[in-house]
Amino acid sequence: MVTDTEYDPSAAKFLSAGDTALVVQYGETVDPEVNRRVRMLAAALAESPPEGIVDLVPTMRSLMIHYDPLVLSRAALVEAVRPLLSATPELAQTTRRWGIPVCYEGECAPDLPAVAEATGVSAEEVVRQHCGVDQEVFMMGFLPGFPYLGLLPEIFDLPRRLEPRVKVPPRSISVAARQTTIYTVDSPGGWHLIGRTPVNFYDPKRAEPILVAAGDRVRFEAISLDAYHAAREAVKAGTFDIRCDDE
Amino acid sequence: MMSSISIISPGVNLTVQDRGRPRHQHLGVPVSGALDPSAHRLANALVGNPGAMEALEIRMLGPTLEVNAETVRVAVAGTRAPLEVLGEDAVQLPAHQSVTLRRGQRFRVGALPDGSTATLAVEGGFDIPEIYGSRSTYGRAGIGGLEGRALAEGDVLPLRLDQAPSRGEIRLSSDGYLDETGAFRVILGPQRDFFTDAAVAIFLSSAYAVTRDADRMGMRLEGPELEHARGYNIVSDGIVTGAVQVPGNGLPIVLLADHQTTGGYPKLAAVISADIPRLGRLRPGDEIRFEEVTVEAAEAAIRERETGLRRLIDGMIPAGAWLDEAALYRENLISGIVREADSAS
Repeated sequence: MVTDTEYDPSAAKFLSAGDTALVVQYGETVDPEVNRRVRMLAAALAESPPEGIVDLVPTMRSLMIHYDPLVLSRAALVEAVRPLLSATPELAQTTRRWGIPVCYEGECAPDLPAVAEATGVSAEEVVRQHCGVDQEVFMMGFLPGFPYLGLLPEIFDLPRRLEPRVKVPPRSISVAARQTTIYTVDSPGGWHLIGRTPVNFYDPKRAEPILVAAGDRVRFEAISLDAYHAAREAVKAGTFDIRCDDE
Repeated sequence: MMSSISIISPGVNLTVQDRGRPRHQHLGVPVSGALDPSAHRLANALVGNPGAMEALEIRMLGPTLEVNAETVRVAVAGTRAPLEVLGEDAVQLPAHQSVTLRRGQRFRVGALPDGSTATLAVEGGFDIPEIYGSRSTYGRAGIGGLEGRALAEGDVLPLRLDQAPSRGEIRLSSDGYLDETGAFRVILGPQRDFFTDAAVAIFLSSAYAVTRDADRMGMRLEGPELEHARGYNIVSDGIVTGAVQVPGNGLPIVLLADHQTTGGYPKLAAVISADIPRLGRLRPGDEIRFEEVTVEAAEAAIRERETGLRRLIDGMIPAGAWLDEAALYRENLISGIVREADSAS
């Protein structure tokens, strides 16, 4: 449960994204407190959404409210949102906690040596600090099922790679700016690849193709390369149980 | 035997599209759907479908298809390219008119003469699975359509109907919606403040050209560079179709149906929803200009577009007149003359 915070909701700004979306911006930085504010507004709006709302997309620092301008005017939407800016509903989604195996070795972790060098600690210490914390899903974005998690310890306050990769393999665990992302399909990417999970965060053939949602928590667990390959076979065979505690 | 349409030749990038998945962006699922939603709706209306039903989206060069059903009713919209029936009963039919074809008949749409995008609708639609409430193809994630990809030679697309209900063919009374011109209307923001005032003035007064780097995800533009005032990295936020994002090189990218749901480049403006259909028809080399409007003006524009579309759909007329014209086409008597008369009216 999240209770009220020190954050001043009057600092929220309304911004236009064309005539089909309203952006409610609580800040411009990576700050878990700001992100919780964003998700609280999404939760409050979802409780009794004005007719015409199409989707609520929380990001790290703003909520994008997609709506149908033939049903809902901008003026009416702003009026409906304004009283909710300081609402503090419980964030119900935070009850799911996933245990996700990750191999931080060899071909699964091409950027681990570089990350260790940049952070000034050993590769083992990088892995220990990445596994050692519950990470919260701040937002989903970019591609189907692609989560942004954090907040990671300070050693992970890294810029993105100067040369983004043209193709990042799916299921890569990557870090930058004290966050983790998990690539879900072949795509270009500029984050540092420090591991790979056998678990599909996105699988179009699964009944529920997308694994996690904003508000979930994830704890990564280091496994060996052999265990990774074994788990991968089990995932492909449909016999792998992904661990999820619903508290 | 299950009824179907066979892909003899797919053209350039033939995909199944409907209205997309606007309600799953919070899971990172791109909206996708028809690049030209107006033409998509008109093509469906011509074959008696609900406006949001899945149809084939043609890009640049159309497909050659074969009918494996008793009969099938089809129509093309979004272009003036004719629908060409091949074989013994070869005939060219104008776009924006329904036609019923028999088992074994082949038909095609050639190169689009007037835009990048057209819709070919089939009465009853395609019997393919829905994912997140849509059958739209989003190739990058293997979602929708046939096996989550563009259609290829030899593919067989299952139909819901074994035969087209018997009734008269219809056509639009006017295809003038294809002739809209002028600047694309935009609302500035959400990151207007990431650009210098000079950059905004340049953006709103310059001609840009659509480059070859254009696909269902977006179009890179060529023209005057836009100067950032506060750098070109933002903490990622949401994206709408029509958003104009400006990466480090200062050249705008207009995002289209397959755009990613969130992104980290500043977005100077967004094309208003009333102008999205025309945006979806632009092709490499086309000129594009932008004009600022208010949210209220955009809301009036989308209502006006909706009224116009409804009027077109409610005013569809029997295709008789054009059937005569089709007969003339077949005899190769008047091809150029009718077109000239059309565009003069």
